[in-house]
Order: sequence, then structure tokens, then C-alpha cells
Amino acid sequence: MSIYLDRSRSIGEFVPEPDDGLIICRCEEITKGEIRQAVHEGMWTMTEVKRFLRAGMGLCQGQTCGRIVKGIIAKELGLEAAELPGNVDRAPARPIELTILGNEGEQ
Amino acid sequence: MAECSEVLIVGAGIIGCATAYYLAKRGISVTVLEGEMIGHGGSSRNAGGVRQSARDIRELPLAMYSVKHLWPALSEELGVDVEYHQVGNIRLGLTNDHMEILKKLVENCKKDGLDVRLVSGEEAREICPYMSEEVIGASWCPSDGNANALLSTLGYYRRARELGARFITGEEVVRLETCRGAARRAVTKRGNLYEAEHILVAAGYESRDISATLGIDIPLIRKYDECLVTEAQPDYFPQTLGTADADFYGHQTKHGSFVFGGDCGFEYFHNRRQEHTAVTANSASCMARNILKYFPVLSDIRVVRQWGGWLDKCMDGVPVLGAVREIPGLHLAAGFSGHGFGIAPAVALCLAQEIAGEETAVDLSELRYDRFKSVK
Repeated sequence: MSIYLDRSRSIGEFVPEPDDGLIICRCEEITKGEIRQAVHEGMWTMTEVKRFLRAGMGLCQGQTCGRIVKGIIAKELGLEAAELPGNVDRAPARPIELTILGNEGEQ
Repeated sequence: MAECSEVLIVGAGIIGCATAYYLAKRGISVTVLEGEMIGHGGSSRNAGGVRQSARDIRELPLAMYSVKHLWPALSEELGVDVEYHQVGNIRLGLTNDHMEILKKLVENCKKDGLDVRLVSGEEAREICPYMSEEVIGASWCPSDGNANALLSTLGYYRRARELGARFITGEEVVRLETCRGAARRAVTKRGNLYEAEHILVAAGYESRDISATLGIDIPLIRKYDECLVTEAQPDYFPQTLGTADADFYGHQTKHGSFVFGGDCGFEYFHNRRQEHTAVTANSASCMARNILKYFPVLSDIRVVRQWGGWLDKCMDGVPVLGAVREIPGLHLAAGFSGHGFGIAPAVALCLAQEIAGEETAVDLSELRYDRFKSVK
């Protein structure tokens, strides 16, 4: 799923907010202010914000913060959250040891 | 009515973003059209190797130029830490056949003055003490290294955008058109028209279909490659790893996670109708087994994610770069064959220089579209 985004469209200046210090991605300790700032630097999709800041890239893979990150990006862009594509969920569902992963079919 | 700029780039991967940056820096107006999002394809899906060793000699000068002149200052230039680390590349062998492969690779690159040499198993374990006793030798190139592919791609994009380059994502180019014999227009799926004096196609495997609308046929096919990443770990070793058998590659990142990629045999036969970036059941398990053959010490480290992506495999294994003689105004950068990330800075600089009418930093003549001939 992709969405038409003209990255030259003005979204206004970055305006600091009182709760910018709030930690949104707990695994990687990324704050609301950092996410908002990344949007102003051009990261306009969840995946771009993730790759730029590591929000949603930690142990839980965004299962905790994904919806909140999406809401913050959408609000900054003046869009509805539903209009933005989500992150892609990937295997494994839970972290798995290399030795177990490599042992398919053996045990 | 068409939107106009001096240069139009199709594809916002690292090549598209970096070329846009080097053009914008020269004051040239540039628009980048991307069907998905910034860095959607191989640029964000590779393991971040910055390697000169084991390169085809036709693209080795681009790798050496990138390492000597562009990678070291890139973080400073872009204002983003691209995590470039010049920590060496060690390519491992387990058998005498592997050592023969390594010997050929080393001899090939030495001709161009690259410092790369064969080392024994003991020397290899001195460089990287964590590897298995079964490693009998390796090639070692101290000036190779790695970088963060995600941040490099987005860093080029961010800086190009700051300098005024226009990026439009979710705007898929379906057709190019000529005007008086020269490449001039791009038409998108949404029906929008864009015009420019120069059009650069840098759209990964999709470059073939896009260029074909002007009768240019790049002999490349797509191949599906997969990677995995582990949880963060204390520092083990910084070197970029590879093997003579090409069964896995990767490194430990600044974050502490290990990023590994590798082949399992299904790469050319992936189901194209599947969701285009779905992972397969075979690949991560196969990679895990191969990694543990060389590094049994990593056996209890946990994998948090695997992913896949299409790469653009060219007929002769090196990319097609630069202006196309048959169609003035058309430029290509495709067919990187899975090793485009490390050379991307030099490639992008040369493309921008050629478009701007300057002499290119590296000679591209052996990598142009007109090089292909029958081989039998």
C-alpha cells in the first residue's frame, strides 16, 4: 500500500509541545518530540520514521507503540491515521535463538 | 499540464536520493518520483556492506573511489550519522576449494592496487577471535567496512530535500516518452505528467519495464534475497563478514544487533504473486545454520526480525550506468546485482557530474548500456 505524498508540501514549522519528552517507543527509548522532529525532516511514513529513529525496531518490533507512532505522524502531516500505511509485520512473532531457528525439521 | 524540472529521477532508492543530492548541490532543479516510499527497495533491505574486495574489476574503481573520497566524510556532509566504519572485510573459507575461490578473488582485485591478502586460519582468528576452528583461511581487506543502509539512504534524501530537490512518493511511473527523439516525459499511474531535459531511471528491477517503454532493454532479472537481524548484544567483533561459499554475510551494527543475509537456493524462484516482500519459510533457518557453522558462539543469540527484497541481477553481474547513446537525455542506473550499496556514493556523484556536463570522477565507459554482446 502506498499513499501519494508530495514531500515539498508545507506542514509548517516544528513547534515544541510540553509533552515532547514522553517516551513512545519503550524498547528503543524514542520520544514524541523526536518523532515529530523526524516528520519535519522529511520522514513522512511509519517505515521511514522507524528506519531513521529506530522507533518500533526493538525487541517488541512496534507491537506496543505502532499505533501511537502512526497517530503522531498523521497529526503532524494533517492526515487521518487511517490514510497512512502501517509498518510491515515480520516473522518471528517472538525473538528466537539462532540455534532453534536453524534446527527446522530436526527435532 | 506537465510539471517541469531540469532532471527527473525515477526511483527514490539510495541512487535516486544521492544523485538528487549531488544535483541539488550544483543548483540543478530535480524531481524524484517514487512508486512506494523513500528507500523502499534494496537500498533499505541490504546488510550495509561497504566492500571493495571481491568486486568485478569494472566496478572496483567506483568502490575504491567511494571508500577513499566519499564514505569517510559522508556523516558530516549529510548531517546524519550513517554509521560508516572502516573495520575491514574478512571472507572465510572452510575447504581447499574455498581457498582456491578466495585466491582468485584476491588476485583479481590486487591488480587494481587494492590492499587485500590471503591469511591463514590462525591469522583470521587473531583478527576475529570468535570464529570456529573449522575456518582454514580467509581473505582480508582492511580498508573495507560497513555502514547503515537505512540512514545512508534517508540521510541523502533528507539533505537533498533541504537543498530544494522535490520528492513525490506514491507516484509510480508507468511510461516514459520522447520528444524529437530525446527522453522528455514521464507518465504516472495516477495520470500525472512530468517533463525534464534529463531522465534518470534508477528503479531497481523495475528499471527494465520502465526503460522498455522507450525500446531500451536492460538484461536484468529479479532475485529475492532475505536478511535477518538479532537482538542487541555487547560488542563481539566489528569486521564485515563474508564467505567463499557465499552462504552468509553481515556484521554487528553500532546498535549492537547482528545483521546477516544469505542464500538458501530459492532466490531466483520466489513466487512473484505473493505479497511482494513476504519472507519464505526456508531462508532464515538456512542462514542460521550457515552462520553457526562459522560462528557457533552466536547460537543463543535471538533473531527479532527477518525481511526480504528483490534485487536487480544483471546479465554480467555489474550495473548499467550513465547516458544511453541511442536516446539523448536518458540515463540509467540499474542492475546493481546485490552489491550496489557500497558504491552508491560514487555512482551517484558520477551520474550527477555527467548530467551536469562535467567530467566524471570515475570512468563509466565499461558499464554503459551498449556493452552487452552474445557470450556463446
